[in-house]
Amino acid sequence: MTTELVPSGHPTALPPANSGFWGRLPVLKQLRQSVGLQRGMLVAGLAITAVFLLVAAFAPLIAPYGFAQLRDDAGPFGAQQPPSAAHIMGTTVGGYDVFSRVIWGTQTAVLVIVVAVVFSIFIGILLGLVSGYLGGWLDRVLVVIGDAVYAFPSLLLAIVLSIVISGGQSSLWGGIFAAALSITVVFIPQYYRVIRAETIRIKAEPYVESAKMLGASAPRIMFRHVLRNATRTLPIIFTLNSSEALLTLAGLGFLGFGIEPTAAAEWGYDLNKALSDVTSGIWWTALYPGLAIVLAVLGITLVGESLNDLADPRLRTRRRAKVRTATAAATTAASTTAGPASAPAANTEEKA
Amino acid sequence: MNDVVEITDLSISFATDGGTVRAVDGVSLTVRKGEVLAIVGESGSGKSVTAKSILGLLPETATTEGAVLLASRDGSHTNDIISLSPSQLREVRGTDVSMVFQEPSTALNPVFTVGWQIAEGLRAHGKVSKAEARREAIEILRKVGIPEPEVRVDHYPHQFSGGQKQRIVIAAALVLNPGLIVADEPTTALDVTVQAEILDLLRRLRDEFGTAIVLITHNMGVVADLADRVVVMYQGLVVEEADVKTLFASPQDPYTERLLDAVPRIGQGRVHTAEREAARAVAREARAAVGESALAPVVEASHLTIDYPGRFGRKGFRAVDDVSFRIAPGEVLGLVGESGSGKTTIGRALGGLTRITGGSLTVHGFEMLGFSERRFKPLRADIGFVFQDPAASFNPLLTIADAVAEPLVIHGRAESPRDARRRVDELLEAVQLPRSFGDRFPHELSGGQRQRASLARGIALEPSLLIADEPTSALDVSVQARVLELFAELQREFGFAALFISHDLAVVDLLADRIAVLYRGRLVEEGTGAEVLDHPSDPYTRRLIASLPVPDPVEQAARRAELASIQADSRGR
Amino acid sequence: MTTGLLPSDATTSAAPARRSAGGGLGRYLLVRFLLIFPTIFILVTLVFLLMRTIGDPITAAQGGRLTADQLAERISAAGYDRPVLVQYFEYLGQIFTGNFGNTISDNRPVTEVLLTYGGATLELAFYALIVAFIVGIPLGMLAASLRDRAPDAFLRIFAILCYATPVFFAGLLLKLVFSVWLQWLPVAGRASTRTELAMQTLPNKTGIYLIDSIMLGSPTAIGDVLSHAVLPGIALGLLTAGVFLRLVRTNVIGTLGTDYVDAARSRGVSEFRLVRKHAYRPALIPIITVIGLQIALLLGGAVLTETTFEWKGLGFQLAGYLAARDFVAVQGIVALLAVFVALTNFVVDVIAAVIDPRVRY
Repeated sequence: MTTELVPSGHPTALPPANSGFWGRLPVLKQLRQSVGLQRGMLVAGLAITAVFLLVAAFAPLIAPYGFAQLRDDAGPFGAQQPPSAAHIMGTTVGGYDVFSRVIWGTQTAVLVIVVAVVFSIFIGILLGLVSGYLGGWLDRVLVVIGDAVYAFPSLLLAIVLSIVISGGQSSLWGGIFAAALSITVVFIPQYYRVIRAETIRIKAEPYVESAKMLGASAPRIMFRHVLRNATRTLPIIFTLNSSEALLTLAGLGFLGFGIEPTAAAEWGYDLNKALSDVTSGIWWTALYPGLAIVLAVLGITLVGESLNDLADPRLRTRRRAKVRTATAAATTAASTTAGPASAPAANTEEKA
Repeated sequence: MNDVVEITDLSISFATDGGTVRAVDGVSLTVRKGEVLAIVGESGSGKSVTAKSILGLLPETATTEGAVLLASRDGSHTNDIISLSPSQLREVRGTDVSMVFQEPSTALNPVFTVGWQIAEGLRAHGKVSKAEARREAIEILRKVGIPEPEVRVDHYPHQFSGGQKQRIVIAAALVLNPGLIVADEPTTALDVTVQAEILDLLRRLRDEFGTAIVLITHNMGVVADLADRVVVMYQGLVVEEADVKTLFASPQDPYTERLLDAVPRIGQGRVHTAEREAARAVAREARAAVGESALAPVVEASHLTIDYPGRFGRKGFRAVDDVSFRIAPGEVLGLVGESGSGKTTIGRALGGLTRITGGSLTVHGFEMLGFSERRFKPLRADIGFVFQDPAASFNPLLTIADAVAEPLVIHGRAESPRDARRRVDELLEAVQLPRSFGDRFPHELSGGQRQRASLARGIALEPSLLIADEPTSALDVSVQARVLELFAELQREFGFAALFISHDLAVVDLLADRIAVLYRGRLVEEGTGAEVLDHPSDPYTRRLIASLPVPDPVEQAARRAELASIQADSRGR
Repeated sequence: MTTGLLPSDATTSAAPARRSAGGGLGRYLLVRFLLIFPTIFILVTLVFLLMRTIGDPITAAQGGRLTADQLAERISAAGYDRPVLVQYFEYLGQIFTGNFGNTISDNRPVTEVLLTYGGATLELAFYALIVAFIVGIPLGMLAASLRDRAPDAFLRIFAILCYATPVFFAGLLLKLVFSVWLQWLPVAGRASTRTELAMQTLPNKTGIYLIDSIMLGSPTAIGDVLSHAVLPGIALGLLTAGVFLRLVRTNVIGTLGTDYVDAARSRGVSEFRLVRKHAYRPALIPIITVIGLQIALLLGGAVLTETTFEWKGLGFQLAGYLAARDFVAVQGIVALLAVFVALTNFVVDVIAAVIDPRVRY
């Protein structure tokens, strides 16, 4: 049978075959592929993200006080108290415990991300797929609308939307949905763009043309051939969008369009309240919620970036050949036993 | 010393996802002053890697052992490329050795003028004034045959044709007059008529400048045309080294022999054509006996015209212009042409992927003008197809069995891919693939295997018409030979009519009963293989045939003279 | 926030391919110019419809403070009781003539608000862009050329940190360190009161303090203006720099892998020159296209930065109107910014087209 050695240093970007169920899961597959620094970045990102999710899940156990708690048995906490044993990160100008609000804030952040991304992902994919595949006037109109919204400052749009949805002030779920929905509308064009671009690229692939030649119906082609191939980049967009959602939420909170402190803890809101503290040298009310945002976004972005690199053959780092002598010895041994005649067999095996 | 390059015991390994792959394994060879050494091999033979090692251009994933001794241009000393520091390497590149790339359209930077890019080589090796660099760029452009070099020097790459771009790439490699040029598949991306011109240019380099050339190629015709000596590589090893006449006359290694046998030659197909014609005559009589019309063609095009609309009110582009032909039942029509001749467009129109804009095209009696997918769909079951790129014509997420079952499911012959598995297994057997391959994913198959699977899908519904668009052009010669054989076998067995599209005259001649030659959207000649290839009447066909290098150095030398006279002829008129 | 981190923006091929299909430069520019109008139309319509779904602006702004009768009277006077469609067409007509409405809280024309404060926002964006270009582009090239080595890893983490830090948090930290603790730089504002008063006297002041202070001819005034600009400029600039760094790195790595860079290498061109000339120039076209999209990021960031540093620009005003629930003002400012974004994107695309020889010839 015919064989093809992997051509000079450019192995196929496709996943290695038959690496089992675990090997096919999106993130784990990339983890296996990655090497060196890229693996370091991915692992660091995954670790931070995992901590973020765990803190959100166990917030009630970790946080010493409630997010809206102003006093305990010993009396009121007091405003702007510096870090102490009772309040390891101090208290805010409103008299809340900073540490507790940072911990509870993870819950709000996770909820908003999940709701926002889940909403936008479905609508965005559907629109992108249909618009990219069918083309025509619908496509042109959607592209112009999508581009217009995409090019517009998403924070401003989110502000407008949160006014619309909640009138500007809100309860926990009201606030979360307001933030999430405003982020959703802003992100739909992003998913739409990516999926549409992919759909158009895949539409021209010979395997889609061959499905057309066979007489497959448009829905069959879209869902059997295009959809799954077009959504390969989704884990990347998903993570990058999550971090954007977090930043937008914080921005909304900072401008006073977040969630009331009595409804839930929200880092952007706390930073807004810390604005005047900083001028008088009170650092703890700003530092900790800010760091929480940075860490959460950093973790998610590291995962997204690493996935992006691994998916892009141009950006992927490949294993470098090991130290000369070691490899040489190993391969010489292999090649002396396998001459040109038996090499093809070895090669086919490698492919399988 | 007389050797420009002396490679001793060179081994190169690459680190890949699947572990370390040894691409070159203990290769030794020499290149003498002023000679053309061809390194021949199929994909994965390590020929490109070997050649790139002469310039130290290997990627960082490579580990190199052995010695590559390169003589300086004046012959005063030699350098071992492998042990040079990066800055020393830089010194050598461009002055002692330079490179010509396969794809001229990607080897030129799109945002700089060609003059600037040629001058970059000069600037990299010492200070030159702007005027001086420009003068030298113009001079070298003139030498490689770019007309009006004073004007063209300020143009950007996209303003040149493919052949001209390759001349510019050669000019850029030549500007410092290196003693050696490494040409990596320099004509593979070019049309055959342009290839002949570039080969002439390279020959002139050797004869007039005394430049040694390392020619990397998979094309035996190119080797026969240009090479003085030949090194045959297989799986990273040198299997044979000989001067060109000896190699073609009496190959020593069995692999070389196989390789030479696999190269299609014009005239090989005549016997089969005659056999098939006889068989068809029998079939016609049989059909006539039961009262069926013997003459109703499967495909009939008359004054077929296909325009691509222009965008933003620009003038459109006429891809196919007033073409008429017909394909009788069971007949194979070979459609030959160079890039942009409209051959693929015709194939796509037959399959209903491209709308025709004028004339008439009927497929199984169905008029394609005013095409409607809904009415055409039932007919699709009777049209099979095979695409050019076997790597891309399968959905990477479906198994081979699922992909082959697609036509059966779509046209209601099976409920689900699982339901169709028995039929799929039969089909895989018909194309000589093991049944177990049905469970594999496309990327787990080699190119040849994928193209077999593609054939299996094409014939799944036993169509009476098969459209094959360059089905073997992405394959190695030896693989191509076997796929072509398979195609012929299937055609004999299933008796389908076929439109076989190719740029390669020899391949078409092997399979086709009749050959149609397209040139710039027009059909310039049509007839049996014997008519078209032995007695071409159209000047373009004559040039096309003469440009095709034959894998025989002696015969090729004679043909070259013939081509020169045709070219002089056409220039004279 | 639109950050250009999405994979679709990183591709080198998309932009030129799209344009070269369009034909000559003139035709491309015309089509691109005409596209401004639907873009503005869509955004303005979107903002209008969204804002109107919450009811009339008068109730939103002064609902608690007026009696029901007074409210009804003012709503009717402002015409908010007419059908939405009528209001919409009236609004479109107004915008066409450059009238973006009057604010409710302080009853000024929105266009006047823009003229008064727009300069400040432009100035901030200008400082930020300078920081972004100086930091982002050379570091991006450096990271690409030292790919996968330690400096590259460091620069990438730096870029992600720049992006992960909300501008207002970066601003707060900078303020805390440099203004409050070290007291090197002013805490907030665009200039000290004395400088501002001095500049008020200028006959034809621009509202862009850097220009005004130069016209004033006083080195102390210029120094004062610049010292106020450092922290906001860095806070907003670093965010954009992170995006630029990543963008340049990705695209230059892409072009470094092309045949033409290999070809130049085979002629002995130095690695430094390969990155700086041969790889960077072709990468520049997609980079510029994406930089156009960063204007959105910059404007969103400007709103937050201005609030953090009490930089009295459009964003600061916008935040103020938001707090006052003055939605006519919000709608007006957002609509105006939409026009601005559409225009700048057009200009950026034109620049990208003009420097691309495949479009030019």
